Amino acid sequence: MTNLLFFWNHFAFIILMVSGLFIIITSQNYIKKIVGLAIFQTSVFVFFVSLAKIIDGTAPILNSTNNVYSNPLPHVLILTAIVVGVATSALGLAIVLQIYKNYGSIEENEIKKEELKENN
Amino acid sequence: MNIFLDDAPALVVVLPLLLAAIVAFIPSPRLAWFITIVTLVIHVLLSIELLSSFSSFGAIIYEFGNWPPPWGISFKLDGVNIGLQILFSAFVLIATIYARKIFLSEIDPEDSGKAYSFWLLAIGSLNGIILTNDIFNLFVFLEISALSSISLISLGAGTNRKALLAAFNYLIIGAIGATFYVIGVGFAYAMTGTLNMNDLIIQLTQYSEGQLAIFAGMSFMLIGLMVKSAVFPLHLWLPPAYSYAPSAVSTLFAALATKAILIFFVRILYEVFSIYNDYLILFLDYILLPLSLVAIFVGTIIAIYQDDIKKLLAYSSIAQIGYITLAFSIKDNTGVLAGFVHIFNHALIKGGLFMAVGYLAIALKDRVTLQSIEGYGQKFPITSYALLICGLSLIGLPLTNGFISKLYIFQALYINEMFLTIALVALSSALAVIYFWKIVEKLFFSSKGYKATSEDPAIYIPIWIIAISLIYFGIFSSSIVEFSSIASESLIKGGIN
Repeated sequence: MTNLLFFWNHFAFIILMVSGLFIIITSQNYIKKIVGLAIFQTSVFVFFVSLAKIIDGTAPILNSTNNVYSNPLPHVLILTAIVVGVATSALGLAIVLQIYKNYGSIEENEIKKEELKENN
Repeated sequence: MNIFLDDAPALVVVLPLLLAAIVAFIPSPRLAWFITIVTLVIHVLLSIELLSSFSSFGAIIYEFGNWPPPWGISFKLDGVNIGLQILFSAFVLIATIYARKIFLSEIDPEDSGKAYSFWLLAIGSLNGIILTNDIFNLFVFLEISALSSISLISLGAGTNRKALLAAFNYLIIGAIGATFYVIGVGFAYAMTGTLNMNDLIIQLTQYSEGQLAIFAGMSFMLIGLMVKSAVFPLHLWLPPAYSYAPSAVSTLFAALATKAILIFFVRILYEVFSIYNDYLILFLDYILLPLSLVAIFVGTIIAIYQDDIKKLLAYSSIAQIGYITLAFSIKDNTGVLAGFVHIFNHALIKGGLFMAVGYLAIALKDRVTLQSIEGYGQKFPITSYALLICGLSLIGLPLTNGFISKLYIFQALYINEMFLTIALVALSSALAVIYFWKIVEKLFFSSKGYKATSEDPAIYIPIWIIAISLIYFGIFSSSIVEFSSIASESLIKGGIN
């Protein structure tokens, strides 16, 4: 049991990730889909950063007293991934705005209905 | 000059990315196009330089800032990607020559600077995907290429608003795929402490602990890459994205985007995963092979029922990606060789087909459907005959390069005694005749009797360059086969050069 509790960050990651995916799949609203995507991506970022944490670890600076340090690379990688995530959300929102201008709605089922009408 | 050429592996990626920032602010379509062409001519020259140094010195590993692995990012140009690098560079130049008139008629002239900027971003990042040797760096390039291609697809909204929905779908599905890939990278990094491909292989051979975590990570990476390269059943974003994008954009992506990612996919499979031989065989035999066969049939059958020709071609792409993954799932030299041959040939064939259909689209100023092109073989003979050649090559008629692909795939299947699969592939090729024949029938055998109208040489010359290259590589296939055998040998030997 203690073993499972020790890996609590993995469980937090899984719960966040699955709820993000759930929102993407089930919601009809395009903006909610983007929010779901953001939660999904953030869960992965949190996972990366939490893996890099070492208890009692410090910044990776060489000195005489402290030899335990946390690896800084995952943080740097995630910094890049956050930038990518922000760009994805921004582009997604821009497209949603254009969809609203063209269709007058951002609900998937309403747009599907309109598409069907157009095809018939 | 020599210092400049030493950095050629970096420049082929950096140059388009840098110029993209400049082109974005140029209002004149003509000037923006000119700068793009100059950039891509330099790109071709750099690729030729890379080829000549590859043939004299062997594989090149370029370390950014001279940081050795595992600390620095590195690019690797070896047998696996040299052929695709040359094809990519040449095809992109031809596609850009073709794109000028298409962009003029499909995209608002005020947006053309931005369109060329996204075009260059997509080219630079796809080339990065081809060359990179660092698994996290690949994610960055994947996302640059995804975001720039989504922007390009959404530019198709000027002619059809469905392009916006296609772009949004691709954004959501693509971002999920890329994030899956990052989860996999996280697992791999946590277990081995390295992101460099070559170093990863060395670390994995040294430690036998934590295999389960590695497999979980690898599975996440493979699924992410399968989403991005539209391997069935993760292909749903592809048909709308290709069919509603501006025609020039669908040409670029149909020819090269999925292929670049497939190359990295097989690199992960054969270089990294080959250490765990049992699991590799399990994945190839019970996952990739059945999925490829289903992809071939589903893609072909849906294509038969399509009215819209760009959609028809997009579904046929799903089937063709199925042929490529089918060839790669035969785990020996002949199968991998056939896979590479088909990657090269299909890139040219699908590029040519989308180019020809794109011209019909701007001539019609509407969607190209089977009804609307009736009799256009008489109206636009030059483009239509190029379309005919590309289509015959897609079916695999002798004297075209499609035949060479089919030949190598059948040979690989025959050597490995997979006779049921041979029968299925032959059946699917016969089915492919049906959907292509529907186009030919409408184009050439119609009673409408149009007079031939003059066609624009700026558009039909690039199309014919591709069409002639299809016949050339069908008769003198040795160059493509040679590049493919270099690729398959260096892939089977594994990542450690």
